Amino acid sequence: MTAHALDAKPSGQAKALTPVSWKFPIVYSLLALVSLVFFGLIGRDGQTTFRIATKGDFFTIPDVVVPATAAGLVLSLILVVMAGAAIWSALRRDAFGSWFPMLFGVLFVLSFLAWAGGGSGGVIPMTTLLAGALALSVPLIFGAMCGLVGERSGIINIAIEGQLLAGAFLAAVVASVVKNPYAGLLAAPIAGALVAVVLTFFAVKYWVNQIIIGVVLNVLVVGLTNFLYSTVLTEHAELWNSRQRLPNLPIPLLSEIPILGRVLFDQNILVYLMYLVVIALQIFVFRSQWGLRMRAVGEHPKAADTVGIKVNLTRVRNTIMAGAIAGLGGAFFTVGSGLAFGKEMSAGQGYIALAAMILGKWNPKGALVAALLFGFSKSLGNTLQSIGTPVANELLLMLPYIVTVLAVAGFVGRVRPPAAAGVPYVK
Amino acid sequence: MTTDISPAAPSPVPPPTAQAQPDREQSTLQEILSGSWLVSLLAIVLALLVGGVLIAVSDAEVIAAAANIAAAPGAFLSTLFSTVGDAYSALFRGAVFDWNARTTERAIRPLTESLVSGTPLILTGLGIALAFRSGLFNIGGQGQVILGATVAGFLGYAMELPAGVHMLLAALGGLIGGAIWAGIAGVLKARTGANEVIVTIMLNSIAGYLLGYLLKQSWFTHTSSANPQSRVIDGSAEMFLLLPPPFRLHVGFIIAVLATIVVWWLLERSTIGFEFKAVGANPHAARTAGISVSKVTILVMVIAGALAGLGGAAQVLGTEGKLTGGISGSIGFDAITVALLGRSRPLGTFLAGVLFGAFKAGGYLMQSQTGTPIDIVLVVQSVIVLLIAAPPLVRSIFRLPAPVLKRKES
Repeated sequence: MTAHALDAKPSGQAKALTPVSWKFPIVYSLLALVSLVFFGLIGRDGQTTFRIATKGDFFTIPDVVVPATAAGLVLSLILVVMAGAAIWSALRRDAFGSWFPMLFGVLFVLSFLAWAGGGSGGVIPMTTLLAGALALSVPLIFGAMCGLVGERSGIINIAIEGQLLAGAFLAAVVASVVKNPYAGLLAAPIAGALVAVVLTFFAVKYWVNQIIIGVVLNVLVVGLTNFLYSTVLTEHAELWNSRQRLPNLPIPLLSEIPILGRVLFDQNILVYLMYLVVIALQIFVFRSQWGLRMRAVGEHPKAADTVGIKVNLTRVRNTIMAGAIAGLGGAFFTVGSGLAFGKEMSAGQGYIALAAMILGKWNPKGALVAALLFGFSKSLGNTLQSIGTPVANELLLMLPYIVTVLAVAGFVGRVRPPAAAGVPYVK
Repeated sequence: MTTDISPAAPSPVPPPTAQAQPDREQSTLQEILSGSWLVSLLAIVLALLVGGVLIAVSDAEVIAAAANIAAAPGAFLSTLFSTVGDAYSALFRGAVFDWNARTTERAIRPLTESLVSGTPLILTGLGIALAFRSGLFNIGGQGQVILGATVAGFLGYAMELPAGVHMLLAALGGLIGGAIWAGIAGVLKARTGANEVIVTIMLNSIAGYLLGYLLKQSWFTHTSSANPQSRVIDGSAEMFLLLPPPFRLHVGFIIAVLATIVVWWLLERSTIGFEFKAVGANPHAARTAGISVSKVTILVMVIAGALAGLGGAAQVLGTEGKLTGGISGSIGFDAITVALLGRSRPLGTFLAGVLFGAFKAGGYLMQSQTGTPIDIVLVVQSVIVLLIAAPPLVRSIFRLPAPVLKRKES
């Protein structure tokens, strides 16, 4: 495992080489092996149908029907080759770009799907699978962006869960009363921001531990929304909690592209807003005065204060704005999905958003990918459950959490939070 | 009269990122945790007031009377007080003493029900309090309770053993289950520095899915029923009742009392407990003094998980009698608030556990008799903890003098 053991080649100068990183090659090899043995060699009889086309596509791609075992075998062999390439590049102390793990992941999932769809002659609805993944990711992405802005400014926000729930609640109620889903869209950020106001009030004014307030605020919001749901909302459901749905606004041409166009550009305004928020944050966090100040306050508040940045004001403002973002994400549960408000409908998504933020290393881009991964594994679980496969839904749903634990423990690259996150600033 | 009548010396609980804490925050946290019992009491009163307001504004009769307030202010007030009063008196009758009951047994049963509901909260809360005192945020009570309940429940129906031995073994299994689950977080924190907050939150979800998976496996549930629940545990594994039926108070409560004493002894009288607190107060100083911080981290999490696991065992072996997906309810999260309300002290946690158990038991009667949803209890509980976390806020509301604190000047 050490560098010199492998460094057998005579080299001109006695240069110290960095140790070969075996972590990823081993992971790739293991996954390729699993795919080869289970999906390729053992396999399942029958055929798997990948349904790609949906009605009204720009052009129609016919269903792809493949024999399950053969498809698994071919894909597995590609994976084995890729694992070999990973080992070769590791030996050269070289690394592939981020396209490599992505391609590997996609091929592995396809191999798995080919296997899962076989046997029962299952049809894998690709568009539904991916659209479901995006839909399940939307609140996570908003939540992760909220957590990211908060922690980059130095306030740990465990209350994302509460902010999502509050956003979902107020969006449903306002949309129902006004009878316009867009009104709910305006109300949801207010709810999220209100939770953030309480959070910052206790965190900045009274220096209460931010994790404690976050946890308690989550309970408070659950209690409040449950209580109001059971009393006011159910008594006059027509008035207070009728279903309102944001209409889909397909973008011409783009939305008619099979699969990706359908998934990405035939959505409601909330999803487009999400794209905007992620892109804006990716730019502004790293390339604007606002972002620089935010990061300064979160990493080294004293230094920031010395150069005249108002530390606590910056923190409060950013955290409240972040709360509004999370509230918007909450709206996706109700008006975004055309559902009435239901008890505890955020169902722990806020905590997963937190995990996505950490997995994404406090980066908008990274958090987006992590949140999409969470959403995809959940959507995969749902799809597999409906076509009936030998893999238990629960075990599949467990995966993202295990990956997060491994990530936090440093197996998937180091993660480092902003230095001053959670530390109150006292002049 | 002084406002500070807390029995034990104040002890600070630093947040998880204790490495870079400025001194100021230490004193803040000290202040938070050394707040007086008076503040706790006032916080409870304030929270009940907030709950009362909520009950009133969500009640159609009160709103109707309020619309008419100019014409009949007296009617408004009487409606207001009767609505809120009815709800809270039902809460009290469900939690402490039911003066409407026909028999004496029925009248005093609510108190024992509060203790039944409080038992798992006390046990789990003690685990969380212990971790707090050592500077660890154990948000994973839920997962540890689930694992404890899962192992204890499984041993409770999968083995055949004489009564008593069976119960002890099943409870021990629950203890070990919880200890292992929390131990994962402890080991990861000690070895890799993984933030225990995130790891325990993730382990909560993993535990939930694990139980969901197991409850669908017939080798695990020992039933052929399609419902995701297990066979009823054997009589020999049940935690025996302390009082004859209709009382449901079981030996789990005695375990909770004993655990409180053990944790108190551990923290206040033992060397290892001193190490726990030293690491909690200042890990750098503790390391310099020769205390192994990683050993303490792992040990604290294991003990905390063991306590939560016992809480889960008490729930399945004493109260529920079988494993279901919702076996843990919200015990793990409620226990966090219990530990916070109890100021992370064993006795405080015990009393807070009983109080929250009473809220829970009373909440059911309130819901069934007056139609006030039990969720109001969550609101009251969280407001209590919020207020207790910020004593200066409570003091300023009641215009109480600030206590004299030895603050560092800088």
